[in-house]
Amino acid sequence: MDLEAQFERTVAAEQRVEPRDWMPDGYRRTLVRQIAQHAHSEIIGMQPEGNWISRAPSLRRKAILLAKVQDEAGHGLYLYAATETLGADRADLTEKLISGKQKYSSIFNYPTLSYADVGVIGWLVDGAAICNQVPLCRTSYGPYARAMIRICKEESFHQRQGYELLLTMMGGTDAQRAMVQESVNRWWWPSLMMFGPPDAESANTEQSMAWRIKRNTNDELRQKFVDMTVPQAEKLGVTLPDPALKWNEERGHHDFGQPDWDEFWQVVGGNGPTNAQRIAHRRKAHEDGEWVRAAAAAHAAKRRVQEDVA
Amino acid sequence: MSSSWPLWEVFVRGKRGLNHVHVGSLHAPDAEMALRNARDVYTRRNEGVSIWVVPATAITASSPDEKDPFFEPSGDKVYRHPTFYEIPEDVPHL
Repeated sequence: MDLEAQFERTVAAEQRVEPRDWMPDGYRRTLVRQIAQHAHSEIIGMQPEGNWISRAPSLRRKAILLAKVQDEAGHGLYLYAATETLGADRADLTEKLISGKQKYSSIFNYPTLSYADVGVIGWLVDGAAICNQVPLCRTSYGPYARAMIRICKEESFHQRQGYELLLTMMGGTDAQRAMVQESVNRWWWPSLMMFGPPDAESANTEQSMAWRIKRNTNDELRQKFVDMTVPQAEKLGVTLPDPALKWNEERGHHDFGQPDWDEFWQVVGGNGPTNAQRIAHRRKAHEDGEWVRAAAAAHAAKRRVQEDVA
Repeated sequence: MSSSWPLWEVFVRGKRGLNHVHVGSLHAPDAEMALRNARDVYTRRNEGVSIWVVPATAITASSPDEKDPFFEPSGDKVYRHPTFYEIPEDVPHL
């Protein structure tokens, strides 16, 4: 049986493709692009919330936020490791991120202006990420699927800590409730954009679905997220800022308005509120860390020589 | 990058009585740092009681291309499985 037919059969049978299996070049390229973009998102995603670590209102909240940001770093590493099983080079991917050649999720190009943003990011942004990621636990490439299983387990903590934070604030003063509502107003539409453009405009969806890299379309996942979130918002006592949002008995789903896709493409194109800041920060951290990487490598080399002599 | 670190494969024993299982990989300058990084990356929630790190270049693997012939010797030896043998139903404990 030829290699391509064997690959197609493996994928069609819901079996996993593993690193040293033959795979089409396009499949490998698509995976490297998607997984690297996902890894970059985790790493850049440390910044908006990291912004509040030093100003968290209590030691408890600070410890939680630290653990969460550390998880994002871990998620980035699981995913970079998955790209390396496809032959990608870690240093090369970092270079592509800090030179703007590879993208990360646009959601991280919005600023975190108030402490309520920490809760809303956990609830809405991580909630949307979970909707995107749960189906990826069954993606056709084994190392990617295994990384997603670990990530999904940990994201659950992220979402719950966010929602609990917001519940606490909603039980506080009018000013705190207003702060939560203001934050929800800012994050709702960018959260809906996290699922990507509408299916009709999504360039990569069809082939990725055929290869079972992607398991659901952007619009399916967006609908699922809205349906999940509406009762959570009600319980919390906040209003989602969409006048078109209402239950549609016939469809058994909520109808909702469309995000501003012009804004989405502007942010993807590099013109979001914090694109330049995020990349500059990542570049500085990478360049400032060079002496540490070099010193550790030199120390390891020296020790190897000493062990050889002894 | 002027100082790229080698790749290590990480194996974690979830709890006493279980095998070490491959969980992923990471970069580190030496074995000691690889262990510490593996602890921080792969066992943040008590996922393990013991970690092995192995240089990725030290692993020898069977190739998927030779899969069929390589595993063939066991493919036709059905008599290695207990279900191969027919035993009357009224024989106890067998």
